[in-house]
Amino acid sequence: MTTVQEVLGALAGVRDPELDEPLTDLGFIAGVRTKEARVEVRLRLPTYFCAPNFAWLMVEGARSAVLALPGVEEADVTLEDHFAAEELSGARTLEQAFPGKSDGDLTELRDVFVRKAFVARQGSLCDALLRAGQTPAGVAALRLSDLEPGPELERCRALRAELGIDTSPRAPAFVLPDGRALDAAGLERWLRVARLVRLSIESNAGLCRALLQTRYGVGGPELVRA
Amino acid sequence: MYEKDGERYFIVDGHIHFWDASPANQANKYGTGFIRCFYDYHQNLSPPEYKWPLEKFEQYTEEDLLHDIFEVGYADVAIFQPTYLTDFYTNGFNTTEQTAAVAEKYPGKFIVNGAFDPRDGEGGLRALESLVNRYQLKGVKLYTAEWKGESRGWRLDSPEAYRYLDKCRELGVSNVHVHKGPTIWPLNRDAFDVADVDGAATDFPELNFIVEHVGLPRLEDFCWIGTQEPNVYGGLAVALPLIYTRPRYFAQIIGELCYWLDEDRLLFGSDYAIWQPKWLIEQFVDFQIPDDMLGEYAPLTPDVKRKILGLNAARLYDLEVPAELAMVSAGTTGPAIGSEPVSPV
Repeated sequence: MTTVQEVLGALAGVRDPELDEPLTDLGFIAGVRTKEARVEVRLRLPTYFCAPNFAWLMVEGARSAVLALPGVEEADVTLEDHFAAEELSGARTLEQAFPGKSDGDLTELRDVFVRKAFVARQGSLCDALLRAGQTPAGVAALRLSDLEPGPELERCRALRAELGIDTSPRAPAFVLPDGRALDAAGLERWLRVARLVRLSIESNAGLCRALLQTRYGVGGPELVRA
Repeated sequence: MYEKDGERYFIVDGHIHFWDASPANQANKYGTGFIRCFYDYHQNLSPPEYKWPLEKFEQYTEEDLLHDIFEVGYADVAIFQPTYLTDFYTNGFNTTEQTAAVAEKYPGKFIVNGAFDPRDGEGGLRALESLVNRYQLKGVKLYTAEWKGESRGWRLDSPEAYRYLDKCRELGVSNVHVHKGPTIWPLNRDAFDVADVDGAATDFPELNFIVEHVGLPRLEDFCWIGTQEPNVYGGLAVALPLIYTRPRYFAQIIGELCYWLDEDRLLFGSDYAIWQPKWLIEQFVDFQIPDDMLGEYAPLTPDVKRKILGLNAARLYDLEVPAELAMVSAGTTGPAIGSEPVSPV
């Protein structure tokens, strides 16, 4: 039988598409309940009007992650205290949730935010190197294998893979989202924008955390094994 | 007028409301959810002594409004931005007519903005014209995420919206305040994306487009279009309260805005009653970019603060500014930085 900890482990692999952080770290898991092969997950968001397409990506992502666990046959993911809670919780497709209001899939939308996350995280790696005394030319010449291992690099590598960018050790360390390597001359300009993207994501994440706390206090998820 | 350390500041609060979100006016669960959402922002980002109980926040009085905006809030002039939301509130949340009724009692204190909804078609165009003639409007506030019947939002660069922008141009309504929000339709797009403002700003160079909340949570998208389009402005409501809870983020946000746009295109707004202008103004005047960020961002001088707190809005709305302060408002927007920024994403 699947444990609630295993379920939380699976949910840690699901990220808020805008913030590029795990749902578990953001406090978006209101509760997990397991009963034999059935798992129930309750999600909560910072505001009643959080964008429904991103909410859907999280509901759907949570359901897929839980269903992928061995021994789970049924995953019921519900969204709480949201204007579209009813529509999103019961639906199997976006079209089912909002009939006639979905004009295409969310691949492109998700892709935009994967690119933003990638730019922001590369920017923070790059800033750390410059702070440590590297020159722009030195940074631009680096290969992936030259970078210090750590969670930020791991996340960058995962985002590269999602974007279809070379993740081999000899690949250039800093690239544009289309895979082209950055050169020393363009680095400063690119970094200015990357910092702006990072600021946008970080301040948004900070506000989301704060609003969630105002709404629900600081409690963690309610965990029940029936 | 606000004075501190021998400096004087002409204050235009560019974004205030006088709403009725009382339970009696809430038409459905969405109306309840909407004001609760505002209330969470209010509670989370206000200093403790400025927090209201929910009941007062849902419906405050005309006396509260005058007291908070003018008596203790330093404003010389304040701009009412209507938010109709008639699908959520039986009599609307705060309509042009409602705010105009208050404004008429206090000549010279308030500017009343109108609104339009391109989904109202031909009838809406006529209604806009009569609204403009009746109240001599110079601006409109648009909320692209507003629901209407089956519809769940609209785009500023649609042919329907362009007919209304044409009408604005014709009637001399030159200030278009745009508030982005989580539209449901189209679901496959980012509702906070300000790309539709970009298109409209290019096609209507005579109009000023003031993006409320400086595009948050898409500051980067807003900065990119602001750099390219000289007629795009940023309203600081929602960004400014971070000065209290997250001053270093605020420093970065204001620093980036001054870099990508410049200080001539940023407008103070409290978003009252979500936040009280008194503490926002006091803290902004006292605020400075931290030393360790000064390599990246320019310092906020009293002149920069004067422009943001009032002179920029005074320019857009043709307001008379005391002569000794008017000098710094004479400057026009400088050239944008890099007219075609290459988006890294």
